[in-house]
Amino acid sequence: MKVLVPVKRVIDYNVKVRVKADGSGVDLANVKMSMNPFDEIAVEEAIRLKEAGKAEEIVAVSVGVKQAQETLRTALAMGADRAILVVAADDVHTDIEPLAVAKILAKVVEAEQPGLVLCGKQAIDNDMNATGQMLSALLGWSQGTFASELSVDGDHATVTREVDGGLQTIKVKMPAIITVDLRLNEPRYASLPNIMKAKKKPLDEKTAADYGVDVAPRLEIVKTAEPAARAAGIMVGSVDELVQKLKDVGAI
Amino acid sequence: MQYGLNDAQEMIVATLRAFVEKEIYPHEALVERSGTVPDEIAAEIRRKTIDLGFYACNFPESVGGAGLNHLEFALVERELGRGSMALTHFFGRPQNILMACQGEQVDRYLLPAVRGERMDALAMTEPGAGSDVRGMTCTARREGGDWVANGTKHFISGAEHADFVIVFMATGADETPKGVKKRITAFLVDRGTPGFTIRPGYKSVSHRGYANSILEFDDCRLPDAQVLGEVDGGFEVMNTWLYATRLTVAAMCVGRARRVFDYALDHAATREQFGQKIGKFQGVSFQLADMITEIDAADLLTLAAADRLDQGLPANREIASAKLYASEMLARVTDAAIQLHGGMGLMDDYPLERFWRDARVERIWDGTSEIQRHIISRDLLRALGA
Ligand SMILES: Cc1cc2nc3c(=O)[nH]c(=O)nc-3n(C[C@H](O)[C@H](O)[C@H](O)COP(=O)(O)OP(=O)(O)OC[C@H]3O[C@@H](n4cnc5c(N)ncnc54)[C@H](O)[C@@H]3O)c2cc1C
Ligand SMILES: Cc1cc2nc3c(=O)[nH]c(=O)nc-3n(C[C@H](O)[C@H](O)[C@H](O)COP(=O)(O)OP(=O)(O)OC[C@H]3O[C@@H](n4cnc5c(N)ncnc54)[C@H](O)[C@@H]3O)c2cc1C
Repeated sequence: MKVLVPVKRVIDYNVKVRVKADGSGVDLANVKMSMNPFDEIAVEEAIRLKEAGKAEEIVAVSVGVKQAQETLRTALAMGADRAILVVAADDVHTDIEPLAVAKILAKVVEAEQPGLVLCGKQAIDNDMNATGQMLSALLGWSQGTFASELSVDGDHATVTREVDGGLQTIKVKMPAIITVDLRLNEPRYASLPNIMKAKKKPLDEKTAADYGVDVAPRLEIVKTAEPAARAAGIMVGSVDELVQKLKDVGAI
Repeated sequence: MQYGLNDAQEMIVATLRAFVEKEIYPHEALVERSGTVPDEIAAEIRRKTIDLGFYACNFPESVGGAGLNHLEFALVERELGRGSMALTHFFGRPQNILMACQGEQVDRYLLPAVRGERMDALAMTEPGAGSDVRGMTCTARREGGDWVANGTKHFISGAEHADFVIVFMATGADETPKGVKKRITAFLVDRGTPGFTIRPGYKSVSHRGYANSILEFDDCRLPDAQVLGEVDGGFEVMNTWLYATRLTVAAMCVGRARRVFDYALDHAATREQFGQKIGKFQGVSFQLADMITEIDAADLLTLAAADRLDQGLPANREIASAKLYASEMLARVTDAAIQLHGGMGLMDDYPLERFWRDARVERIWDGTSEIQRHIISRDLLRALGA
């Protein structure tokens, strides 16, 4: 089985996000970018499937700016076998919307014929949580979202989903789209031998036009704003005082 | 020199940055408090380093290392420099002087060291002979076909955990027009060899948990098989293999300075006094400007010296400049970072006082700042016959 893993280049989770002065988005100039953490989990899961003898080949794909090459190299250094970069924007501030990404991925799936697509449940930059679901709809494949456990058995997969207040286990028919959640695994570091091998692994470069997909935005961002600053706390001297203060503000 | 790193080098940096943040930082407070590294943490760091293929990455592939070049190895040291030395010690980088092993020494010392099965330490310094290495009084004399060693070494890092130590001893002396000149030989000495004792050294202000030891030789018998390199060839092995070690000090200083700088920058951007962020005061912001300029300069000096080594060019002076500048830079940067934090900078709630203490030894070990200046100026003046 071939596993396709879409990976997105996003602002690093450690970076303190700054909103651009005009509110049009987040400032990404000179900011550290990394692989979307949920996608890292998807890459890790694909590698584990390969190590368990359930997958033969792992193909990482990224849709975005040319710099997403670095993200793909990271996937290759972790253990993906080859990579496809679909250049769909020039400006690092352009975010390709989930529907356009899903349409491109559907074409990649058509060409690559994977038995499984492993996506992150969402990207930490815009939190859309839509690409995997849209891809499933476009392909007519089954989907298992928010996976915290996954086992693949021949023509079906068993997925434990993290739903509000509990877990739900479902069985899906293969081929399938699985979107992964935080607790599925802990991604490995790239090993030094794999880092050295990564530069020799193939990385194909395509454009959105190669797939005939229009990536023009359908959504308009009206405003981006920082979360309200947290008000300063106060020190209380005793439990009684704490209880009184909480009552004063109507918290209890 | 080519500016900028290639993809693989960027990834080495990114991987080690993440490794140090996740596998080293969380244990630092414990090491600072207790002054030791618990065995299970040491073993875990060693195992993870081996799994990642980074153990002994400074050794060539032919003996099981990763074959990194000097520049790449400097990047590794730079990233490790961000973390506690007591802990990163187990991210093993054995002394590359072990490449001088011959015959059965390869199987007894070199290969087990590269595999992470045996740890090494290196002993030159003595109570009476620091900068003046040749002044050593530890001696090994010929007796019945063996060597018999006597004397004391001190300040020996890593000896506490070492399975064997590379020890330099005087094995004779020659009369020269400039006076008596000692002949030096390097020996491989196993822990547990009769007549050889490793005992705890002094308590140091820098790098808690990274202990130094005192080694004592009392009629310690060493067969010829323990000689590393040639008899009386100690200076040759030293010059061939220890030449580049000072560069690792420079690289570590750069990495640590960047970690310190991040604290300073963040504090300047968030701490408010007199109704504004203190970073708005030029007295503070210019300080930051000087700090980052010096850090970048030290970084470039270090990488440029490493690049010279990779090109096979003479680099003695450049390595000395990098070691001198980076270690003195770190002293200034850690001091400025405390100043910027005001009183809280001194408190052990923050790691800044630790970075400041740790910085102190960097100007002393692996050749003091004065010795580096000596090397740099000799290199320039000798060429002019002065
Ligand atoms: C924590 C720690 C760990 C160490 N680990 C090891 C180790 O693992 N193995 C090992 O072999 N050694 C080790 N050392 C020893 C270290 O390399 C020496 O401390 C260093 O070389 C200086 O020697 P010294 O301390 O005896 O100082 P000295 O040589 O006595 O120097 C005293 C002062 O005189 C100055 N001075 C000396 N000669 C000159 C000169 N010609 N011109 C101008 N000034 C001069 C020095 O710069 C210094 O300021 C370690 C030291 C420390 C502190
Ligand atoms: C061990 C200790 C004991 C102490 N004992 C006492 C005590 O008994 N009683 C008491 O009241 N206090 C005490 N202090 C507090 C001490 O006086 C303050 O730490 C000091 O005034 C600095 O304030 P701060 O630490 O809040 O630093 P900050 O005021 O936050 O300063 C942070 C940095 O910003 C710089 N900065 C601030 N404003 C400006 C400006 N306008 N222009 C340029 N740079 C600026 C500072 O120079 C510093 O580098 C003590 C402090 C310590 C560490």
